[in-house]
Amino acid sequence: MLEYFLPRASSFAGSIDHLFDIITYLVMFWFVLVLGFFFYVVFRFRHKPGQKAEYITGETHKQKMAIEIPHYLILVCDLVILGYTFVVWHEVKIDIPPHDEEVRVIAQQWAWTFEHAGADGILDTEDDIVTINELHLKKDAQYTYHLSSLDVMHSFSIPVFRLKQDAVPGRVISGHFKPIMSGEWDVQCAEMCGYGHGFMPARVFIKSAEEHDAWVAENTPDHLKKDTAYALTDSETKEAPNNG
Amino acid sequence: MADTATAAVAHDEHHEHAESFWSKYIFSTDHKIIGFQYLFTGMAMGLIGGFFSYVFRMQLAFPGSSVPFFGIVSPAAYNSLVTNHGTIMIFWVAMPVLIAALGNFLIPLMIGCDDMVFPKINRLSYQIFLISAIVLIASFFVPQGGFGGAWTAYPPLSAKSEFNGTPFGAPMWLIAVTLEIVAFLLGGINFITTTMNARAKGMKLYDIPMVVWMIVIASILFMASVGPLVAGAVMLLFDQTLGTGFFDPAMGGDPVLWQHLFWFFGHPEVYVVLLPAMGVVAEIICTFSRKKLFGYKLILYSSIGLGILSFFVWAHHQFISGVDPRATYLFTTTTLLISIPVAIMLFAFIGTLWGGSIRFTTAMLFALSFIAEFLIGGVTGIWLGSSGTDIYLHDTYFVLAHFHYTFVPIAIIGTFSALYYWFPKMFGRKLNEFWGKIHFWGTIIPFNGIFLPLFILGAAGQHRRIAGFTAYPDLYTENFQDLRVFATGSLIVLILFQIPFFVNFIVSLKRGQKSGPNPWKANTLEWVAPSPPPHGNFGDDLPEVYRGPYEFSVEGRDEDYWPQNVPNEPEPSK
Repeated sequence: MLEYFLPRASSFAGSIDHLFDIITYLVMFWFVLVLGFFFYVVFRFRHKPGQKAEYITGETHKQKMAIEIPHYLILVCDLVILGYTFVVWHEVKIDIPPHDEEVRVIAQQWAWTFEHAGADGILDTEDDIVTINELHLKKDAQYTYHLSSLDVMHSFSIPVFRLKQDAVPGRVISGHFKPIMSGEWDVQCAEMCGYGHGFMPARVFIKSAEEHDAWVAENTPDHLKKDTAYALTDSETKEAPNNG
Repeated sequence: MADTATAAVAHDEHHEHAESFWSKYIFSTDHKIIGFQYLFTGMAMGLIGGFFSYVFRMQLAFPGSSVPFFGIVSPAAYNSLVTNHGTIMIFWVAMPVLIAALGNFLIPLMIGCDDMVFPKINRLSYQIFLISAIVLIASFFVPQGGFGGAWTAYPPLSAKSEFNGTPFGAPMWLIAVTLEIVAFLLGGINFITTTMNARAKGMKLYDIPMVVWMIVIASILFMASVGPLVAGAVMLLFDQTLGTGFFDPAMGGDPVLWQHLFWFFGHPEVYVVLLPAMGVVAEIICTFSRKKLFGYKLILYSSIGLGILSFFVWAHHQFISGVDPRATYLFTTTTLLISIPVAIMLFAFIGTLWGGSIRFTTAMLFALSFIAEFLIGGVTGIWLGSSGTDIYLHDTYFVLAHFHYTFVPIAIIGTFSALYYWFPKMFGRKLNEFWGKIHFWGTIIPFNGIFLPLFILGAAGQHRRIAGFTAYPDLYTENFQDLRVFATGSLIVLILFQIPFFVNFIVSLKRGQKSGPNPWKANTLEWVAPSPPPHGNFGDDLPEVYRGPYEFSVEGRDEDYWPQNVPNEPEPSK
């Protein structure tokens, strides 16, 4: 149902939407049933002259079962939701797959700083591309992000990714996403962070590999470009032990 | 000598005069007067909280334009308005009205005693509460204005004035909340002790009316959960004023610790206000459907189970806050399980209506709408309790709409149904039913008009506490803006329809239809006392109890009600 409002731009957006739909079906079934029954009861047992109410205690076995049995069914629904929730949560927040690209996200009052790894694909090297309020991503690349905050709590939210993670000062929280759609969307701060909280918008730009590489080249200073060409083979050999 | 005597008499007279006003209404130890003090303070604070919501909803509908009766809403003002709207509505409206006002007014009357067991502690409780309200209101007018770091007050934002910009507002907010908590601890001691020790002769535990049980259980929940919050509040106050670093990572503290302390209190707090409202609804639907409460023990034990379970769900507010992601498995499970006791209680209410003879008085309409509206609030919690969907929905308007569908039925609908029901007992006259029904429909329809659109906006990814969506191209579209305007318009309609209520309230105090002691033909003991009950409630003879509180429509009896205090007659021969 959520894709009606906004596209599914990350690999796990579909899982979250699917969970949302399952909950919607189960909950709406019970909600309509209970509310319908409620209105039926209220209408059927409205006061009519000369008609006396019944004396029902709700303490007999049969009457208790009338309450209990629907709750076993609700419990079954709960378990279905619970099981699927665990699967989705594991996919989004626990199981961090090996990454193709890394990006560092630093929140502060009231701006986002994004450190892109640059052409060499490694953070904290000379060719990193640092942008304010603009996150540039390569479509179909598996990303790991490292989120931190310089001052207060913020929350890194990209609705089209169905991704949200609080930024906690003093911690670096890592997570993952994989953009699967080109486009340009909002990044919001989702945790109250002071006066400018409503006005720290960022945008995420997702481009195909070629376009993204062009953006990287455009933002890499010329003197680094040559080095990068050499460094690329260099870093690839270095990268393997690093990852292990 | 003669002069002295005259002076003494004059002094006495003066003193007596002073007592008849000051000690009767201001420094009273009478539980009913203290209940009214809480009620009227809560209603006055509700007007302030409602006005705040009007201002920030106007800003959201028409960003940047001047709001009538307020002016331009700056981001600082917006943050302060939403923060204090939440704080006021929970701590200074829902709690004083539902627990303190109803608890104070009803408990001694319903259990058949003359007053609370600790009347002076009771008086102290209100005085501290009043001071807390004054401190909170004063905090809006200090330099740099009131606190704007959300009602959850997450540090480091709340801990340092260089982050929040309110060097006076933030500590005053915290002091006000802490004082309010002290007031409710004192009140809670009274509710529990009075109910356990001062019941009328013959009233066994299972003869206690459900609303009294609910207030007692709520008080126990409150007392058990509030300790960590008070500890956290003191630590936060030290961080703000003395420069300690309990929540400052640069000084070895941990900001997430506050979230645990806050929500360990914050989630049981939801049930602290929910249970009294459930109790009110139980009383009213029994009386107006002329039915015995369906499954008294089932409801009682469900509410105790609900209370215990509510201590194990707090981290569902923190799924994405940086707690260990594996912890969510536990907290999702407990959160989804809590749907069971709540559903049992709602089903038992529907079971109570079954086979009844339902009369749609205003009090009953509000009680029935509580069931229907709270159901929406309850089921939408499933999307949020599931950690998988909460990743997306966390801190969106979906959350906001969800908890307003729980808190508005609790604090607004529950309070109104209680007022329409017990107003005759409080003041000896009925509220006008015709205007009551206009007030009912004028409240319920716009209430849904406000919050249903907000579910849609939340599902579309709109986050909370943002002072205007102009900065977000994906959210600042014409369709979404129409929804925001619709919600704001509904709010204004809802506020306007409270005018008939206040007029009705004031006019009925003097001119309402006289009610007599038992206008609704109900069974519980408060209806034995005269309306309004005098000081000491029942006169010299306290009532005795012969049966449970809900013996309606008992077979073989001519009348369809059987008050608790009426002695058993010999069985009729037929």
